[in-house]
Amino acid sequence: MKTSEKKHQLHLIVGERRELPGGLLHLVLTDPDGRVLPAMAPGQFVEVAIDRAKVLLNRPFSIFNRTDNVLELLVKPLGRGSEALFDYEVDDDLRVIAPLGHGFSLPEAPKRVLLIGGGVGIAPLLYQARALNERGIRPTVVYGERTAPAHEICARFRQVADLEICTDDGSMGLHGFVSQHTAVTEGDFDLVQVCGPMPMMKAVAAIFRRRGIPCEVSLENHMACGLGACLCCVEPTTTGNRCVCTDGPVFNIDELTW
Amino acid sequence: MVDLSVKLGDIELKNPVLTASGTFGFGTEYADFIDLSRLGGFIVKGTTREPRQGNPYPRMAETPMGMLNAVGLQNKGVEHFCTETWPEIKDAGSEVIVNVSGACIEDYVATAERLSALEGLRTIELNISCPNVKQGGMAFGTTCQGASSVVEAVRKAWPGHLMVKLSPNVTSIAEIAKAVEGAGADSVSLINTLLGMAIDVERRRPFLSTITGGLSGPAVKPVAVRMVWQVAKAVAIPVVGLGGICTAADALEFIMAGATAVQIGTANFLDPTVTIKVIEGLEEYCHRHGVASISELRGII
Repeated sequence: MKTSEKKHQLHLIVGERRELPGGLLHLVLTDPDGRVLPAMAPGQFVEVAIDRAKVLLNRPFSIFNRTDNVLELLVKPLGRGSEALFDYEVDDDLRVIAPLGHGFSLPEAPKRVLLIGGGVGIAPLLYQARALNERGIRPTVVYGERTAPAHEICARFRQVADLEICTDDGSMGLHGFVSQHTAVTEGDFDLVQVCGPMPMMKAVAAIFRRRGIPCEVSLENHMACGLGACLCCVEPTTTGNRCVCTDGPVFNIDELTW
Repeated sequence: MVDLSVKLGDIELKNPVLTASGTFGFGTEYADFIDLSRLGGFIVKGTTREPRQGNPYPRMAETPMGMLNAVGLQNKGVEHFCTETWPEIKDAGSEVIVNVSGACIEDYVATAERLSALEGLRTIELNISCPNVKQGGMAFGTTCQGASSVVEAVRKAWPGHLMVKLSPNVTSIAEIAKAVEGAGADSVSLINTLLGMAIDVERRRPFLSTITGGLSGPAVKPVAVRMVWQVAKAVAIPVVGLGGICTAADALEFIMAGATAVQIGTANFLDPTVTIKVIEGLEEYCHRHGVASISELRGII
């Protein structure tokens, strides 16, 4: 696991923006001069500098997808920073620091991999699923949302994974939480990788700890720098307080004190 | 050619731009973005006699044009610094300054003594102003007697340049500055963070695990400039100014108010290349105004 690429400060522009059903913003960022974007590993994240008049600190976002030409982000309006990103139009400049942190592990040998996403926590799992495909693995993805998720997102996942949906209101897939889905409670997997709200991740981690299946979770503690300098985003671990931005955001649940 | 070099007592810096402790890690965190040798110097994370885990999460909250932090001096201790970190950074090509903190005078002295064994380390910054620890820290920095007692003790243990970082959470920072000058400080740096607090009204609880924390960022700059101006008029030793500097113009405010050098803190979080932009901006300003040496601007207000 744990790829570590050189970090860059990128001056990108908004190539495309789409507001999706469910309130998500899909941003496609490109280099205005057509330069190839730096390498980024699935599960790593980026820091985005947002209009200084609205928020001071940069905000961390998962990498929804990365190719040589585009960096895609999924944004849910959860605070002043993410809300301010909705004001960005096509061709607007956006300063991005990337890639940051350590991502999900990528098995060398073919394995059965389960990816579990809750809400906008689904974002880093698409890029991870693509990387797994390159290793001959088609993962199962269990995606939990309050209500039926956007068709665009589901379609992207169906290209690279077997997609299972759970909704709180029963409008699509299983009426219930991801922790109730049979893929989670009974599925036969070698590795589980999770990103979502903390209560959901803790519930899922408890299941796989009990089932004895290796499980990785991606944390999103509030951070100031994203570089391991400010020590604000620490998570208690079996070896003491560690920075989510540099030692994570992905941790094996055995490293955590949950 | 503009001369940006400055002298902090007997320490010559190639330019007046340093980084503030706690905002720049150990320098290596920023090496992908900037050439560390271009800095006047960098001040590494607060170091204590023993390792510290710091305060519980959450430790940070953004406030209007600023941020509160309550990290609580998380660090691996002076021994780890000396054996593991120092060899990695000692040849960075700019002045490395170690920030020293402690819970009692003996801690400060022991840490300074251990650091005095490092070949090539010329300067320590004594942190008597951390607002985020229960013992020591700011308690020393808020009375003239407390400040001079810790500076006097460390002065005997540390032969090199002794910079003392002052707390703004006092009635008269000039009086504290005079006290530490009298106790043997070679320079003073100011301001450390302002004690602050923010409440999440939806959840009806403070944002920080420690309830209160230290405010930094552009919001504190006018307070910091005022204090640097007051202290520069009160002491003969060099003054290092910090508090919300984001641009060369911000740095120049501190220099004109009397600072010999400046530290950039929170702005490193916003743009990891900000230090280089400030250095280039100082050069550009001097060109534009026909200033041959940055020192000509010091204390002109």
